[in-house]
Amino acid sequence: MPEPVIVTEGLTKRFGDFTAVDAVTFAVEAREVVGYLGPNGSGKTTTIRMLLGLLRSSAGRAEVLGYDIDRETEAIRQRVGYMSQKFALYDDLTVWENLTFYAGVYGVMETGHLTDTLARVGMGDLHRERVADLPVGWRQRLALATAIVHNPRLLFLDEPTSGVDPLARRAFWDLIYELVESGITAFVTTHFMDEAEYCQRVGIMRAGRLLAMDAPSALKREALPGRAWDVRPADLLAALAALEAAPGVQRVGLAGDHLRVIAAADVEGAALAKAAGDGRAGVEVTPAEPSLEDVFLALAG
Amino acid sequence: MAEPLLQARGITKRFGGKAAVDGLDLALFPGEILGLVGPDGAGKTTAIRLLCGALRLDEGEVTLMGLDLRRQVDRAREHIGYLSQRFSFYEDLSVMENLRFFAEIRGLSGVEWGPRANEILAFVGLAEFTERRAGKLSGGMRQKLGLASALVHRPKLLLLDEPTGGVDPVTRQDFWQLIIRMVRQEGVGVIISTPYMDEATRCSRVALLQNGRAVAEDTPENLRRRLAGRIVEVRGAPLAALRAAAAGLPGVADVQAFGDRLHVRLAAAEPETAIAALRAVLAGTDIRLDDARAIAPQLEDVFMAYAGRGEIQDA
Repeated sequence: MPEPVIVTEGLTKRFGDFTAVDAVTFAVEAREVVGYLGPNGSGKTTTIRMLLGLLRSSAGRAEVLGYDIDRETEAIRQRVGYMSQKFALYDDLTVWENLTFYAGVYGVMETGHLTDTLARVGMGDLHRERVADLPVGWRQRLALATAIVHNPRLLFLDEPTSGVDPLARRAFWDLIYELVESGITAFVTTHFMDEAEYCQRVGIMRAGRLLAMDAPSALKREALPGRAWDVRPADLLAALAALEAAPGVQRVGLAGDHLRVIAAADVEGAALAKAAGDGRAGVEVTPAEPSLEDVFLALAG
Repeated sequence: MAEPLLQARGITKRFGGKAAVDGLDLALFPGEILGLVGPDGAGKTTAIRLLCGALRLDEGEVTLMGLDLRRQVDRAREHIGYLSQRFSFYEDLSVMENLRFFAEIRGLSGVEWGPRANEILAFVGLAEFTERRAGKLSGGMRQKLGLASALVHRPKLLLLDEPTGGVDPVTRQDFWQLIIRMVRQEGVGVIISTPYMDEATRCSRVALLQNGRAVAEDTPENLRRRLAGRIVEVRGAPLAALRAAAAGLPGVADVQAFGDRLHVRLAAAEPETAIAALRAVLAGTDIRLDDARAIAPQLEDVFMAYAGRGEIQDA
């Protein structure tokens, strides 16, 4: 059995009367990609800051790479990388100058290693480019390079692909998967469903509590308290109100030209059609694949 | 079919010789939400700025409710609400004071703006916060105030440029419920730009933009149907080896890795053949195949297919 890379037991952080992280327990194995999904203020960043040793915990315990987060912070920081959503890059410096700056912070001086690091993120021929001239996707890669220049075993990624399109996101995640193949473990905080889909397991945070942690497909299968349906009535708003009052219906959301309904497992499509159409026929009701957003709203909404 | 609220024909905008928007045609009907979806640099923001008259057209024409945007931009703007990625308020003014300011620059009289301000603040859910300073609002509340400001003069066309960047999923859900409700109740037409596929699926129609042009335009349903039978979801371990094996099969156009599964895109809708070929190539290896099945394509699959090689043939 491999040693877990992160273990937390009842990890808690209080600021005065406010509990930002509330008795969170989970484990992350080596070479896993684990996401931490939650709205702003749900305790994601506070958790990461404790795991990085930047913030002392109030209760519970946690180990990162076998080191205690409150007592062995130096050892942890030498062995983990952190890429924040606001990449701390120097715009006026070149790619190479940015990388050597971060390498210097970690005492990494060997030129060959820096060249290799740039090649790993696919920037081997961009040494002399000024950061200000790079598109967002390349800055992201450079930020990743600065986070892995000291060969960390664990990488924390804070909303690494927020604001980018699926193409750029996919290119970035392919890099992450390559790093994971080479032995790195990745812990990703995000409030984007699209980003969470790239994780092998996803934890759902709400108001400081970890509500569930599992593979995205398992969450969709098991964490949803019912079945998902798409309902296409003639009058969307009237049907919305009618369905909200219908027995067994857990959630109704407007989805553009139709309604997304989550209803208890024993509610049949015909019953939904009847409720949505006020008894009249012609309402199309089809079973839907639940999305991670359905799960999230069901657990955290 | 009703008259379009907005009609854009061949609109073009060049910056230093490079066309950011290149001969784009768009039509929007009342009660519709049209999504402009595309990668960074596809021309989404430029298109929206052209449609609200903030940028001058180099070529083409835009008609809004019968008004020519090139010659009657001031009159046309009376019907346009606009919310950009980086809207800002007077941080020291209250919610109501900010709204009054926006109402007045929109030409609403003192008699008109008060009742309308109360109505719109109630609609977006800020009725209890009229005295709060804008600087003290949460991200979600700021966004609602932005929406209220854009709607205060009862526009017929609402232009939203990536309005939900940086807000969390619960807030995003609330925002979309408001937009869809407004469209349904008041027959407003909305054009929204977004890089997010989950937002695109909420639109009535989606235009996929690339290099300033629409490479596809249809309802999210119909766009997804274009890939019917061509997406196979594969699970197993190790995923990287499985991905390499799938990518090497004949008839496989592309393989995308997600956290716990692969999406294999086929060149033709023959999922049974592809799944059989995958099983054959994995036989005798230590790569485990847990599940392989044709799934309903996601909008993201469609986006990738168009972005990749333009391999979808438009019907």
